[in-house]
Amino acid sequence: MKIVVCVKQVPGTTEVSIDPETKRLIREGVSIEMNPFDTYALEQGILLKEKHGGELVVLSMGPKRAELTLREAIACGADRGVLLNGRPLGGSDTYATSYILSQGIKKIKDVNLVICGKQAVDGDTAQVGPGIAAHLGWPQVTYVSKFIESGESELKLERMHESGSDVSVVALPAVLTVLKDVNIPRIPTLKGRLNSRKVDITVWDETDLETDFEKIGLGGSPTRVVSTRKPDARDKHTIVLKGSASDSARELMKILKSRLEL
Amino acid sequence: MKLSELDSADNYNDVWVLGEVVEGKVHRVTLELLGKAKDLAEKRASSGSKVVCLLMGYQLDGLEKELFSHHADKVIKVDDESLKFFNDSIHASVVTRLVKKYKPEIMISGATSKGRSLMPLVAVKLETGLTADCTGLEIDEESGLLLQTRPAYGGNIIATIKCEDYRPQMSTVRQGVFKVLPEDVSGTGELISEFVLDEEKQTSFTIISEEGLDGETRVNLHDANVIVTGGRGVKSADGFKVIHDLADAVNGAVGATRATIDSGWISYSHQVGQTGLTVQPEVYIACGVSGQIQHLVGMQSSDFIIAINKDPDAPIMKLADVAIVGDLFEVVPEITKLLSN
Ligand SMILES: Cc1cc2nc3c(=O)[nH]c(=O)nc-3n(C[C@H](O)[C@H](O)[C@H](O)COP(=O)(O)OP(=O)(O)OC[C@H]3O[C@@H](n4cnc5c(N)ncnc54)[C@H](O)[C@@H]3O)c2cc1C
Ligand SMILES: Cc1cc2nc3c(=O)[nH]c(=O)nc-3n(C[C@H](O)[C@H](O)[C@H](O)COP(=O)(O)OP(=O)(O)OC[C@H]3O[C@@H](n4cnc5c(N)ncnc54)[C@H](O)[C@@H]3O)c2cc1C
Repeated sequence: MKIVVCVKQVPGTTEVSIDPETKRLIREGVSIEMNPFDTYALEQGILLKEKHGGELVVLSMGPKRAELTLREAIACGADRGVLLNGRPLGGSDTYATSYILSQGIKKIKDVNLVICGKQAVDGDTAQVGPGIAAHLGWPQVTYVSKFIESGESELKLERMHESGSDVSVVALPAVLTVLKDVNIPRIPTLKGRLNSRKVDITVWDETDLETDFEKIGLGGSPTRVVSTRKPDARDKHTIVLKGSASDSARELMKILKSRLEL
Repeated sequence: MKLSELDSADNYNDVWVLGEVVEGKVHRVTLELLGKAKDLAEKRASSGSKVVCLLMGYQLDGLEKELFSHHADKVIKVDDESLKFFNDSIHASVVTRLVKKYKPEIMISGATSKGRSLMPLVAVKLETGLTADCTGLEIDEESGLLLQTRPAYGGNIIATIKCEDYRPQMSTVRQGVFKVLPEDVSGTGELISEFVLDEEKQTSFTIISEEGLDGETRVNLHDANVIVTGGRGVKSADGFKVIHDLADAVNGAVGATRATIDSGWISYSHQVGQTGLTVQPEVYIACGVSGQIQHLVGMQSSDFIIAINKDPDAPIMKLADVAIVGDLFEVVPEITKLLSN
């Protein structure tokens, strides 16, 4: 089985600030890590490779330093890493991002299974996994909570939704997005860490990927962020009660009552 | 689809709501979105925009009535056994074909797990943009474009997004963000039936069985007028008893912060916030909740917010209409007592 796990490098915190002049997000000086949801996708890739053999490739689109995230994944058990990097790829929305990743998957060749995290903690859209499936024309199984059976050419999976769950069978190739429920990610071993430093990371740019320039970067993105701001602190008049518990409770009843009468 | 001279924006009209059916009933988020769609269509009246609900599923007889009374001008119904379960591939093929046929200007869907799975598939197939989890949708007066507002970075950033050169303009919206408009029981409209093509049923993905949640894990936070939420301040699973007691006294539902779910005190189905539910009850009572942004985004549009916290400076105390400084284990039972009388 040849598996690709998509991992995104994200800021280690969602506390962000906006440059008051340029109105852009300040990214400098922020720590980075692997998108926490992607650690479950990675672990699932490792488990499947352990069972079926084959190759596990980790794929990321991002700046040069996203190499670190790929090495971290290799330390955990991935065989090799591919970084999609190039200036024209920057500013891509989920349509363009999933297009670029799907071109990477095509170039990796003969891939049977793509696993993504549920969502990235920064962009927060959960749209890239389905986008990859659509660009590749493969079936998708989203919000996977359990691998019931895995064969060479077919997977039996449980999906979660708000009002319950279902069980489905998908023939490979396919794209999955997984929930935290699927496994418990392992921690890299010392040997894995040492090995991860030696492995070469493949870097491909837009030309290597044979991308259609109309579909990448800011120019190829249908959506455009026109402005960003900090959320409003709701500006309202708060009644503060700080007496004894029974006084406060009685006071609250009065307030509720007068509200009801309005 | 990318707009061009041959296929200009003028070819695209109407506001579509991708309807959702759960256990034979129209999902509440669909009704909420129909209300918003009405508002958007009115603002686009100059281009003759109508509210259209696309409803797909199996055994949908009569459901259009509820959609018409919730202000749909037109219902396109696709009723087929192949749509009984949520098969992403089949659903996406049908939606894509119908959008190409009818050319809506805007298409919105609930940001449910189905909506969040289907919409990005459809958007890519249609080669257009999609804005996730919107908390605001407005029409820009000048350009007539849809302005989509959404939180990102765990709610720490609010972004406004446009999709200028591609159609339809697509967004998903969380349940509870918009309110259901009052019903117009005499409302009627046009009903159109569409079908699933045989080739659309050919997929390598099959759903074998489906299971609902059992009654106990089902908590109806969306239907409750009052929600009483416990945060880490309740200290233990047993601590939730005072929360349950108050909720019972007011016939409300119990909410929870992620901190309490991560501690294993209560199940995830109670979680309110960015990675839980968005709710908008008439009264929201937050007990021992600090009010981190990820929690606030899920409840800040409640009509009336009461916070009970030991710490007068906790962020929730600034958002609240009434902030009670005190120990929840003393204050909450007092309120329950007064309310029970
Ligand atoms: C404030 C803000 C709001 C935005 N809103 C939207 C919007 O509404 N619609 C839109 O189309 N774009 C939007 N974008 C752009 C979007 O964030 C980027 O396209 C981003 O590269 C991918 O989206 P995501 O972070 O939401 O990923 P998700 O779709 O949440 O990621 C899901 C999974 O896909 C994989 N994945 C995602 N990105 C990568 C990557 N670079 N490399 C490898 N694997 C990856 C991972 O497995 C991840 O777990 C927004 C950007 C900003 C700054
Ligand atoms: C990506 C991401 C997504 C998240 N999604 C969510 C989400 O969907 N929902 C969510 O809730 N959180 C979410 N969180 C977590 C969020 O950041 C906070 O950690 C969480 O909401 C805090 O929960 P809390 O208020 O219960 O706990 P705390 O922040 O620990 O606050 C406890 C409060 O109780 C008060 N208190 C203690 N004892 C008493 C007492 N006896 N009487 C009265 N008051 C008392 C304290 O003064 C304090 O203010 C998310 C975080 C991240 C990073």
